[in-house]
Parts: sequence; C-alpha cells; structure tokens
Amino acid sequence: MATSTSGRTGSGYSDLPALLSRMSGDEKHSPAAVSTLDVLWVLYDRILHVDPARPDDPDRDRFLLSKGHGPMAYYAVLAAKGFLDPAELGGWNAFDSRLGQHPDRVLVPGVEIGSGSLGHGLPLALGTALGLRAQGRTGSRVVVLVGDAELGEGSNHEAIAVAGRRGVGTLTTVVVDNASDSYGWPGGIGERFSREGWAAHTVDGRDHDALHHALTDTRLDQPLAVIARVEPKEFA
Amino acid sequence: MREEFTDIVGAALDHDPRLAVVLAEISADRFTGAAARHPDRVLNVGIREQALIGVAGGLALTGLRPVVHSIAPFLVERPFEQIKLDLNHQRAGAVLVSTGASYDYPAAGRTHMAPGDVALLDTLPDWTVHVPGHPREFAELLRAALPGDDLVYLRMTERTNARPLPTGRGFQVVREGRAGVVLAVGPMLDPVLAATAELDVAVLYASTVRPFDAAALRSAALAAAPDVVLVEPYLRDTSTASANAALADLPHRVLGLGVARDAELRAYGTADEHDAAHGLAPAELARSIRAFLAIGGR
Repeated sequence: MATSTSGRTGSGYSDLPALLSRMSGDEKHSPAAVSTLDVLWVLYDRILHVDPARPDDPDRDRFLLSKGHGPMAYYAVLAAKGFLDPAELGGWNAFDSRLGQHPDRVLVPGVEIGSGSLGHGLPLALGTALGLRAQGRTGSRVVVLVGDAELGEGSNHEAIAVAGRRGVGTLTTVVVDNASDSYGWPGGIGERFSREGWAAHTVDGRDHDALHHALTDTRLDQPLAVIARVEPKEFA
Repeated sequence: MREEFTDIVGAALDHDPRLAVVLAEISADRFTGAAARHPDRVLNVGIREQALIGVAGGLALTGLRPVVHSIAPFLVERPFEQIKLDLNHQRAGAVLVSTGASYDYPAAGRTHMAPGDVALLDTLPDWTVHVPGHPREFAELLRAALPGDDLVYLRMTERTNARPLPTGRGFQVVREGRAGVVLAVGPMLDPVLAATAELDVAVLYASTVRPFDAAALRSAALAAAPDVVLVEPYLRDTSTASANAALADLPHRVLGLGVARDAELRAYGTADEHDAAHGLAPAELARSIRAFLAIGGR
C-alpha cells in the first residue's frame, strides 16, 4: 500500500503563496488567484495515496491534470509535497527546465500525463482506471482534473458515457468550474454527469472540508464527478 | 487477414494477461467469445474513436498492451491528435490494426478510404509500420508485435499476393536486375512482378515499410542503377523523402507511384478499377516504369 504524502516535507497550505511567487515573481500572491489551487491541495494533502519516494508504485493513486494550462498551482503543490525541489520552480519555462507552461509526464516526477491540449485527460483516465481494474489493482483511485470550458471537447463526452455505463467506480473527475465555457450546460455540469450514470457533487471549490467530503463519497459501481465552483474567470 | 486477426488476438488474450483489445464497434461481433472470457480486457467503447485511442493510452500507462482496431479512416484520421498526444507524447505504446486500406470497400466511397494513413503517421516519430501483402505475413507480424511496448501500425488489406514472403525488418531482394530498382510495398508486389516480368530491373519487397530500410535500398541502387521506383498501396510519394535520404550522396532519380494525391477520386466500382484509375494495375505500372527508366519496347 502506498503511503500518504501528508506532512512529508513539512510544507503546508500557507507555504503555497511563497512557492507560487517563485514562478510568478509576484510577492503578494494570493492562493485564490489560482482556480485549481485549493482542489489540488486537498487532493494531495488529504486524498491521494502517492509517494514522492516511489512515484512509480503500481498501486499508487493516479492524478491526471487534464487542464494543463496554468500549471503553477500544480507545480507549487508538487513542490510542497516533495515531488519537486522548490528551487526548481524559479527556472520554469526556461529551455532546460523540466517545468513548462504545460506539464510533461516524461520530465516531471509524479506527473502522470503530459497535457495542454484540452480533452485528453478524461479518456486517458478512463483507460488508466480500466487498465488497473483489468490487473486487479482495485485499491487505486484515478482522479482527473478538467476545466468547465474543457468539457466542451467531444472526447470528454465519449469518455463520460463509457465510464458511466461501465460503472468505473475508481474514476473521479474534478471539474474546476470558473464559468469560462461560452455555452455552459443546462441544469448544471453535475446534472450532465448524473444523467450519464455518475455520482455527482457540486461544492465550493475554495472550501477544503466540502471538497474533502465530496471527494471521499465514492461508489463501488459508479464513477464520481466533483464540480468545484470558484470565482468566474475574468475576461479581458 | 481479419480472420487471422481475430484468431490470433483471441487466443493470445487467453495466455497473455498484459493484452487488451479496444474496439469501436467495428469487428466487435468477431470478439464476442473473447469478450465473454475477458470482459475487462476486451473493451468496446461504441462509436467513439477519440475515446478508442485515449482509453488505449490509459491502458498502456498501467502496463497493459492495447491492440486497437477499426477501419483505417476512423482509426488513424479521426483521432489523429489522440494518436499524437495520448500515445506518442505519453510514451504509451499500442498496436493499431486497421482494416479497409486505401480502397478495399470501393462501393463505400471516400468516407471509408484512408490512403493517407501511413503519410499521417510519418509526421510522428517511433512508429513501426507493417503493410503485409499476405495473411501469413500479417499473422507473423501481428504475433511479433503483441509482446512489445512500442508503437506499431498494422495495415490489413483484402488484396493479397499469391505467395507470402518471410517477414522481418528490412526490405528483401525478390529479383536482381540492372536498369533500376522497383520497391513494391505489401500487396503491390504481384502487380509489380507482373509489370516488370520482361524488364531488367531489381525488385525489392517491403512488408515493413517503417522504419525505412535505407541500407537495402542503397545497396540495390548501387548494384543496379540509382533510378528508383516506389510502388505503394497508399498515397503516392509517401516514402519518396525516405528514398531520397537513403540516396542523398548519390546522383539519383526517384519516381513515386501510389494512390493519386491531386484529386479526390469520386468513384465506386471495384478495387481493380481503382487500381487502374490510380495507375497501379500491371499495365499502367509497366508503362510508368518503362517511361521513367527509358526502357523501350512494346
């Protein structure tokens, strides 16, 4: 069994602004400015069984960042949890840095997929969950993070339908909803997942306890969708 | 070849726990027995070709060996970005097995033709591309691909040569000659042999066309003449750049023959009629090869 990363490096939520500042150069960085930060923190601090000492443990949980855009929060959390040396954050986007504007699984320890092009993470997560199931590794969860606008990609709808109908209970999709989709989903995003056979919760994406409760409400024969609402994206 | 495909993969599922099959309805009826025995490793995602490749990528990331199958345009062209990102970019391997080839189902029209499949995969690194010309070759190449971790494209076709040749990496010398070199890919071998029966040309055969066997082409060109004709059952000139690279330091000429690029052929009919329309039937091939090599007669 993999061990939790909680407390491994001694870094906590309050250390994240400083880690973000290494990348942004902004001394007064607010966690609220990054839409995915709280979800990522709760996942890595309380939910995922992953271990920076054994990033390839076959029985680890998998976290797939499908929304590869704006990965500063991801890198900050990975650094806080011991997957990255915080000193590495300062060089991000440089030619010889492992950290780019979209993460690359081949370069960054603990990163499960290379992402940036939208609509790839959820089908990959479904395949990962099905692959683990076929090998009897039923103790591992597969969690994929997507954005609400990213849900427009048809590839996600293909995977949502298959996952729902096959009852892939180890699969969780977290939708960080900052209301950036131009068209949206009648009845809400959670309703769309429910119709496809998923269990779904819509919660405040800044509320750590609410996120924790929603993320732990898994079902044996139903995938789980957690819609994490955050402040609407500000368009220029 | 489709019978070999079902039989070999169905049997391999029984003794190789790494193997998984991903389908998008096409040929699902041929895997019902295997699916009943291995419900977690025979996955039909329905008519969802993006999920077809994405799921295969995820399976591979967990250590399984996915075999992915559909009709060529739906397997390669529709989910091309998934092939690029969910397989290549993730360093996830898979065996893609297409059916239909360039025009095996001429009555189905353009929607079911994918003569650009190999050219498309050429835009990505690391693919091994098999274009077998006989069911026995297909069977050998498929069996060899199943235990691996790499990226393999196997292009099934219903057009086959009369006899199989041994498989394995590299081009084979089928016949020696002096006036030039003709490379026949997969099912083009018999038409090429018919077209060149009376010509003093060397004939090479490729059932595996990627990686491109530059050394074999080069030594054939040095032994004959540095005039090379490529005869491919998909888009014309797909391998012309590879041939030019193989002969880069030699004064040489290359003629690419294959499915026409310059116009969409809106026709139904038979595969033989399509061969003739694209200049790939023996008579048209003979005319093109004679003209290029300036061989007189008839």
